[in-house]
Amino acid sequence: MALKTFIEAVRETLAEEMRRDEAVIVLGEDVGLKGGVFLATDGLYGEFGDDRVIDTPLSESLIVGASIGAAMNGLRPVAEIQFADFIHPAFNQLVSEAARMRYRSNNGFGVPMTVRAPYGGGVHGALYHSQSVEAFFAHVPGLKIVIPSTPYDAAGLLRSSIRDDDPVLFFEHKKMYRSVRGDVPAGDYVVPLGKAAITHPGTQITVIAYGLMAHYALEAADVVAEEGISVEVVDLRTLRPLDKETVLSSVRKTGKCLIVYEDNRFLGYGAELSAIIAEEAFDYLDGPVSRIAGPDVPGVPYNHVLEDWFMVNPEKIADGIRKLAAY
Amino acid sequence: MATKAKPVAGASELAASVGLTDDDLIGMYRIIATARAVDERMWVLNRAGRIPFVISGQGHEGAQAAIAWPLEKRKDWIAPFYRSIATCLTFGMQARDILTAQYAKAIDLSSGGRQMPGHYGNVANNLVSLSSPVATQMLHAVGIALAAKLRKTGQVALTTMGEGSSNQGDVHEGLNFAAIHKLPFILCIENNGYAISVPVSKQLALPDVAARASGYGIPGVIVDGADVLGCYRAAKEAVDRARRGDGPTLIEAKVIRLTAHSSDDQQTKYRSAEELADLQRQDPLPRFRKELKDAGVLTDALEAQIAADVKADIDAATEYAEGAADPDPRNAMKWVFAEDWPGETPPTWGFGGGHGLEGHEGDHSAAEDAV
Repeated sequence: MALKTFIEAVRETLAEEMRRDEAVIVLGEDVGLKGGVFLATDGLYGEFGDDRVIDTPLSESLIVGASIGAAMNGLRPVAEIQFADFIHPAFNQLVSEAARMRYRSNNGFGVPMTVRAPYGGGVHGALYHSQSVEAFFAHVPGLKIVIPSTPYDAAGLLRSSIRDDDPVLFFEHKKMYRSVRGDVPAGDYVVPLGKAAITHPGTQITVIAYGLMAHYALEAADVVAEEGISVEVVDLRTLRPLDKETVLSSVRKTGKCLIVYEDNRFLGYGAELSAIIAEEAFDYLDGPVSRIAGPDVPGVPYNHVLEDWFMVNPEKIADGIRKLAAY
Repeated sequence: MATKAKPVAGASELAASVGLTDDDLIGMYRIIATARAVDERMWVLNRAGRIPFVISGQGHEGAQAAIAWPLEKRKDWIAPFYRSIATCLTFGMQARDILTAQYAKAIDLSSGGRQMPGHYGNVANNLVSLSSPVATQMLHAVGIALAAKLRKTGQVALTTMGEGSSNQGDVHEGLNFAAIHKLPFILCIENNGYAISVPVSKQLALPDVAARASGYGIPGVIVDGADVLGCYRAAKEAVDRARRGDGPTLIEAKVIRLTAHSSDDQQTKYRSAEELADLQRQDPLPRFRKELKDAGVLTDALEAQIAADVKADIDAATEYAEGAADPDPRNAMKWVFAEDWPGETPPTWGFGGGHGLEGHEGDHSAAEDAV
């Protein structure tokens, strides 16, 4: 098994999928010769040429809309939105079109398309290079939302996403691109969509997280373990469809649940999780379903003091765990 | 731009002038007449309270049939819009498929009764399913053309929309990209002068949408939408150009809107009586009929026969649609994705029709409490 960074796992999986299936193309801004602003597509242009690795104009609605059309006519596009913050011009194409195509055509048309986008803060990206946008899209039936946290999952879930017959939004936390390493086995393995992972078994409190926060949750779990608090960490990996079974069985076991997300707290993904747990595991709860989430300001501020204030980190999560443990 | 006249078997001088046969011209006429008659039937059914909503293509039919005509059925693609009845009929849909959509019955080819009428499309005929936010289909057609080019299928993709839709950003993004990559793509703007109530003078600073084509380095062609064969010639040239790999064309057909925007619109509020009266003079259907008769292609007897055929077809289609089954709520959560997902929660009231207590198969507790 090879140790790889998160972005190496993404890049090599893209290349393998393009070798495996010539219907797979990559399109987006700067994805060609430059290899993407984060180098997620580095080398693809040289290997596959400008037919299959397409530098688009700065037209996000086109990137998604043309991917929808190409998907309907036999291709499997993997679109890159340079930063998740720039996905909003494509909102209509994602929400009105990609998400609804199969349903509105009564299974006549499907959209086998993957849209990758780097998201998240903690990288001095300020308001428009730090956003977490998953809640906008997780709300919409017809879109699958994937947020991996390890190189192993990134490779396995990206394969599943590209091979899936429906549109998948694949969000990659940009702070993890080079800071997170992990074993990635050679070979054509997949991680199925819609399956969460228990990454740290425990008995007293369930902490649910995804993306970068799944790492911070593990760090916090180690910190509070020394204080005698046993935490079970659930890494969601896929936000929709949600693996309710894993979430609910963990909460029913521990009786307490803390949800961690970097997005703004109000109506963030954790709000729906909290509602589901309250509805379906109420009898098992020994404390309020709690959230540690980003403050409700319109963006991550630039100055490092302000950015540190905004970002959820292991210490803030550990504090949340302690409060809930004492309840 | 005129297609060179060449002798074709079974072709009158008129048909030969555009490289078609008389059968082609009669076929085109039959589609235009069918589209008009099915459209008129829709309004009758709406006013009789049989169907809740109509959005109409009356006045557009000549341009629609002629511009779709040079495309190859079940090979090329069209992303239509909500007035595209004649376009869809030209590309393989039948009057019955239009009327089952009007009634939103389970057998509706376009959506199984899920979409509003007017949202025609089906995969078997390479007609892209459309939504209500306008001009989004632009980018789907561009993407289809991109796939056609990369896969070397020889396909052409056409999309069609009103001049109101032409002001959306997706049109700019799509034309720019299609032009850069010389995609086999055609944008047809059916300019009827109104975006619901807003006249073209408040939509565009210039009179013609086609003028924008030069900004993308592609041809922009203006045709009289009531001149059916003029529309055909422009479309044929655009299809040939696309097929040759020479890139996209913008065709602007100046058409008329003979009806209100929809059955929920009162157009006398913003169109004068004189303007509405004058529309009849510009109607493509009688004009094409006269053209075919003058050329000796259409006889009185054939005209009467076609009218009788069309009426019988639409009567049968109406009866069929009226009697067809409604969609079953048990299927209402199907096809969110290609496969079922246990994670998607059914409603507490299950899947019964009406009051919602019959035949549900979801979580029983809430419904049983209600009983």
